[in-house]
Amino acid sequence: MIAEAGLAAIWLAASMALLQFIAGLTLLRDGAGQLVPLIKPAAYMQGALCTFAFFALMWLFYISDLSVLLVANNSHIDKPLIFKLAGTWGNHEGSMLLWVTILSVSGAAIAFLEKRIEVKTLSATLAVQGFLALGFFAFLLFSSNPFERMVPAPIEGAGLNPLLQDVGLAFHPPTLYFGYVGLSIAFSFAVGALLTNQVGPAFARAMRPWVLGAWIFLTIGIAAGSYWAYYELGWGGWWFWDPVENASLMPWLAATALLHSVSVLATRNALRAWTIMLALVAFAMSMAGTFLVRSGILTSVHAFAVDPERGSFILALMLMYTGLAFVIFALRIGTVKQGEPFQLLSREGGIVANNIFLSVILAVILIGTLYPIAAEALGDKISVGPPYFNKATVPIAVLLMLALLVGPLLRWRRDDLGRLKYWLIGAAAILLLSCLAIWKFAPQIGIFPLLGIALSLALAVAAWMPLRGRKLLRTPIPVFGMVIAHFGLAVSVFGMAAESGFSSETLTALAPGESAKVAGWEVKLNDVNPVVGDNWVAVEGEMIAAKNGNEFPLHPQSRQFFKPPMQTSEAALLTRWNGQLYVVIAQPDQEGDGRWQVRLWWKPFVTFIWGGAILIALGGAIALLGRMVRRTKNSAINKWQTE
Amino acid sequence: MKPKHQRLLLAVIAVAALVGAGLIAASALREEASYFYTPTTLVAANVEPGKAIRLGGMVQKGSIVRGGDGVSITFTVRDQRRSQKVAYRGITPDLFGEGSGVVADGRLGPDRVFVADSLLAKHDENYVPRELADIDMSAAAKTKDTLVP
Repeated sequence: MIAEAGLAAIWLAASMALLQFIAGLTLLRDGAGQLVPLIKPAAYMQGALCTFAFFALMWLFYISDLSVLLVANNSHIDKPLIFKLAGTWGNHEGSMLLWVTILSVSGAAIAFLEKRIEVKTLSATLAVQGFLALGFFAFLLFSSNPFERMVPAPIEGAGLNPLLQDVGLAFHPPTLYFGYVGLSIAFSFAVGALLTNQVGPAFARAMRPWVLGAWIFLTIGIAAGSYWAYYELGWGGWWFWDPVENASLMPWLAATALLHSVSVLATRNALRAWTIMLALVAFAMSMAGTFLVRSGILTSVHAFAVDPERGSFILALMLMYTGLAFVIFALRIGTVKQGEPFQLLSREGGIVANNIFLSVILAVILIGTLYPIAAEALGDKISVGPPYFNKATVPIAVLLMLALLVGPLLRWRRDDLGRLKYWLIGAAAILLLSCLAIWKFAPQIGIFPLLGIALSLALAVAAWMPLRGRKLLRTPIPVFGMVIAHFGLAVSVFGMAAESGFSSETLTALAPGESAKVAGWEVKLNDVNPVVGDNWVAVEGEMIAAKNGNEFPLHPQSRQFFKPPMQTSEAALLTRWNGQLYVVIAQPDQEGDGRWQVRLWWKPFVTFIWGGAILIALGGAIALLGRMVRRTKNSAINKWQTE
Repeated sequence: MKPKHQRLLLAVIAVAALVGAGLIAASALREEASYFYTPTTLVAANVEPGKAIRLGGMVQKGSIVRGGDGVSITFTVRDQRRSQKVAYRGITPDLFGEGSGVVADGRLGPDRVFVADSLLAKHDENYVPRELADIDMSAAAKTKDTLVP
């Protein structure tokens, strides 16, 4: 019954999206639009219906209603409660329902909250949103119905991929989806503004919080995914250039570029066409991400559905939406007037450099990700892995970091490097001295870790420079957001460079009582014990890590799941301020000589990678909140003045 | 600078950047894209030692030899016709074993032994490494010389 109600809610929500779209079309046709007053209520209804459908599905997972095919395929009566609930979106159909639910709820939020742009532009934006939602409703209803019944119902359910039975799963996909969908809203705004001739600062200010919000979620989602892969896969790496990781990184890069250019449009009324283009690209990238992950064209723990029909459906949606959007861009861009001019050496120029470098990184990642798929269509089996991506992206990232040492310090419109000569000399000195110092103490380090550390040190100083000479209490809050985000980037890059330049690894086989060394740590295997969990059994190493007389217990596990049968490694992590000790134990080898394979890593400053990402997201959140505060303050002042 | 020219200049910069990205990608792909081979196609292609490639096939029965240090192994990967010796140091993936399908990332050493940096094993019926999906493993498993003596 609940399943049928959920399905009915999706159908009704789809009809609301259709209504939203058609009402928007009348607006374009006769200018006035008889149906326009229906747009907002339709958006509210759509949001409410989708929310209902999503909670209905969650309820079915909660009670383990195995007569629903999706629950039967992805849940198991023995599964812990949190994973039963997280199972709602830990599969293809449920995650697509989450997608449209977030999309619809955001549409309702825009309809309710957005008062800065013209009614006409807002209506056009909501109509575009309705059109987007319609495609995903069709996808859900015709090829991915989450509420499909299964007759007869099975007794216990098939279970969830053990790698996904993790708290990380509960938060990672929804965070990324918030990001993807936020970019779809930026897209709707961009198309809406193009259609109604409103590309200007007001539109940019309306779009900015959505871009910023999407970007914060993407940042957290990517960092969480990276940390999840780091501790759950047991391979000791934090980024594998897996196509699915790229699928989340590409929208992030586009969103980062968009975030910067939309600020230029909002404050300086420049980079108009540029910003619209980035908004379209950002959404195209989140569609491409969805396509790569959902189509089953890739093998990965993320690829739930290996179903060519679904893949082609999403591909068709993606081509239709982005194709249409680019056609509208081509037709309407002539009506968008040239923005305010600026000199190349100016804040605007710096942001253009930021956009260019980010776009180039995005393009090489896109090419590297799609190339194997294209090659396979031509009959070649090729894999493109970390060597390609590191080689092609890191040098450009170095240029980006260099630009970041100066860009935020430049003035709007035009500037003179002479004004910054002391800082330029200082930055060059930091770079040179840190390069020399690192090279002196660690001549074996590679060129990129070396540059990464030097640049991150310089940036750690440069990030705070925009505050110099300002009265802190009178500085706009978003400036603090920018400073913290840029400092976070320095922290994160420092972690990446230190980890890739200075990690040490020991791979060995130990019998109980034996010990191994890594980077000054002595790790002793005392014993190995069997352990039983809710739905798994494991062998657990009882180990002691010792350094300078301090001892720490470690308990790495190798788990065996039954539904579905699979082994996973639970690494033991010992976190110190300057790095992490990472210990993995494997099942005994078949020979059975009483030794256990053990892998030890010392990863210096590895936690800085995610700590920096948290700072970046925090900076974004501060900027977002600061703008909201200022907006409410301004509207209060306006109100007071008019009274 | 005249406003009219500014938009043109930005457009030119953007296009130049994208062309540059294409060139960077093309040159990096030429050096770093690794091709997939089975033992048979590996011989036919005459791959030079040191180039990153992927090798896929079936782990031959009775071919796994574990080293004295407990962490290095050698084994033989084969397809219907040929076989290739592989050396690996590390923790073998779950369900790696004799008769299982495997994809190894690595390169040929000077002695024509394939040195693997990482191994991807066939997990279960639902999960087959992409490259092995359309290769008929049953034939390799059934050939006489793969049986344990």
